Amino acid sequence: MATLTATAPRLATVSKPGLWLAAYSLWLREIVRFYRQKARVVGVIASPLIFWLVLGSGFAHSFRASPDAGSGHYLGYFFPGSIAMIVLFTAIFSMMSLIQDRNEGFLLSVLAAPVGRSAIVLGKVLGGATLAAIQGIIFLVFAPLVGVHLNLASVALSALVIVMISFELTALGFAVAWPMDSTQAFHAIVNIILLPLWMLSGALFPAGGASGWLRMLMRLNPLSYGVDALRNALFPAVASDFRLSTNLIVTLGFCALTFAASWAIVKRRTNKPAA
Amino acid sequence: MAAISESPSGLTLPVRERAAFAPIVLDRLTHNYGHRLALDALSLEVKAGEIFGLLGPNGSGKTTLFRILSTLMAPTGGRASIQGFDVACDANQVRQQIGIVFQALSVDLKLTVAENLKHQGHLYGLSGAPLRFRIDDVLGRVGLRDRANDFVETLSGGMQRRVELAKGLIHSPSVLLLDEPSTGLDPGARRDLWQYLEALRNQENVAILVTTHLMEEAEHCDQLAILNEGKLVALGSPLELKSQIGGDIVLFETRTPEAAQTMAIRLAQRFDVQATVLGNSLRMEHGQGHRFATSAVEAFPGVVESMTVSKPSLEDVFIRCTGHRFWTEIPLDSANPAGKKGH
Repeated sequence: MATLTATAPRLATVSKPGLWLAAYSLWLREIVRFYRQKARVVGVIASPLIFWLVLGSGFAHSFRASPDAGSGHYLGYFFPGSIAMIVLFTAIFSMMSLIQDRNEGFLLSVLAAPVGRSAIVLGKVLGGATLAAIQGIIFLVFAPLVGVHLNLASVALSALVIVMISFELTALGFAVAWPMDSTQAFHAIVNIILLPLWMLSGALFPAGGASGWLRMLMRLNPLSYGVDALRNALFPAVASDFRLSTNLIVTLGFCALTFAASWAIVKRRTNKPAA
Repeated sequence: MAAISESPSGLTLPVRERAAFAPIVLDRLTHNYGHRLALDALSLEVKAGEIFGLLGPNGSGKTTLFRILSTLMAPTGGRASIQGFDVACDANQVRQQIGIVFQALSVDLKLTVAENLKHQGHLYGLSGAPLRFRIDDVLGRVGLRDRANDFVETLSGGMQRRVELAKGLIHSPSVLLLDEPSTGLDPGARRDLWQYLEALRNQENVAILVTTHLMEEAEHCDQLAILNEGKLVALGSPLELKSQIGGDIVLFETRTPEAAQTMAIRLAQRFDVQATVLGNSLRMEHGQGHRFATSAVEAFPGVVESMTVSKPSLEDVFIRCTGHRFWTEIPLDSANPAGKKGH
């Protein structure tokens, strides 16, 4: 019966799919989807600006910032934290699309394609990270308002740090969103894990002024190093919690760790439905 | 069927030797979710140039099998191979070979038709001029060339499903898997879909596996496997399956289940006919349906409310093979209509 059913498999007609082509395609889709949804474009840039102005102004008048707080003015101190917040919000938003992709069935067709699982993570994370980083970098134009004298070096360093923070937070968001089947569940985890990560990163208040256990948590928080690196870049004259090299190495390490975690989660062989 | 178990797994064979195996081979394929057995030692094969239907009610294991064949889930037992590649071990080679049309749409509504296909092509390693050629080709095939630059969300349900089909065909797969492809299609669109499938089978020798729970759709298939509770209960062409049933199907409706039970006993005594009772109806096979039905109605005046004599349908095959109706779980010979079949 075997000879009767013979057919030549068309292996030759299909070229070997590359990591980069698939990742590029997934990345491009994220970008295209973003700018086609105008409300998203308006929302993610306007809301952090409002947040930064309202919260920052309120805090600045209510509390006296501690001496080691950035430029000494709370709006200035809060500036790097605001960038981290913009990046965090965008990372969360874009990884919510992962749950949507899963529920809409799009993800199934990607998972069933002959694509390395790393390409799926890379494309999706780079897509979200690109959007987050662009918004974070655009936000730098407000830096002169808080007394930052931008030069090429500080902009370049800030941009590099913003890209790294964008990548690590998006990859973390990916790992959190992957097992979720509803955006509600994702929000719950965001509130438990991702928002405290930001709050305890030195974005809102300096570690120096915090109590012992809180200071410990802030030291263990990988995001603290990213926010501190931004502070290094924007306020080079002000003493910071860690050295710039330490900040960059820890942040880079966390990028690698979050990416590896996402990859491992996606690669997991399963006997349960993938979606 | 014994030869099936020789399908290689993990071995890299030259293309010519691979060609010796049927495009899809299942060998005692088993899957359970915890304690629930979804697929029970399923063995079958799908040949090239064949439309193979997988018919079964919801929960019969169709979707589980579909997930396994599309490499989204590893089976817990047995083997399945596509073009000689094991679906669990050589997932990426299998993925190269198969085109998939999911039951839920997988197209991105925010992208245009062409953008969707371009993305899909990229996932399969196609780019540049060859990809443009393929996009044009599949769009022509599904009749959507003039809608290439429209957003998918602006298309009708039937057109969206055609985009889905085009997506599955972009890399010229040798095996096409379709999960309930006519979901949400009107009869006209359904007919079109089957014409595309038949053209694919005839012109490109593609092996096509279609899951369905629609009897009229199953009639179109070259080969049909009937699944019930994860087991293969019948296998053959629709004609072969129907011809297993001798003669006609006679159906009597009575007023109550009790009357049906009584009538079944008396039919056995008087006409030597084995009737199966489904609620308050009786169903039996008979060589000369019309003559028998007339004399039976005359023999039990006032008992029969209505009667039907028909040629066997696939549903009759299903009832014969499984002992229950396609849509309900009421077992045969049960006087209690609420009686659920134990699992």
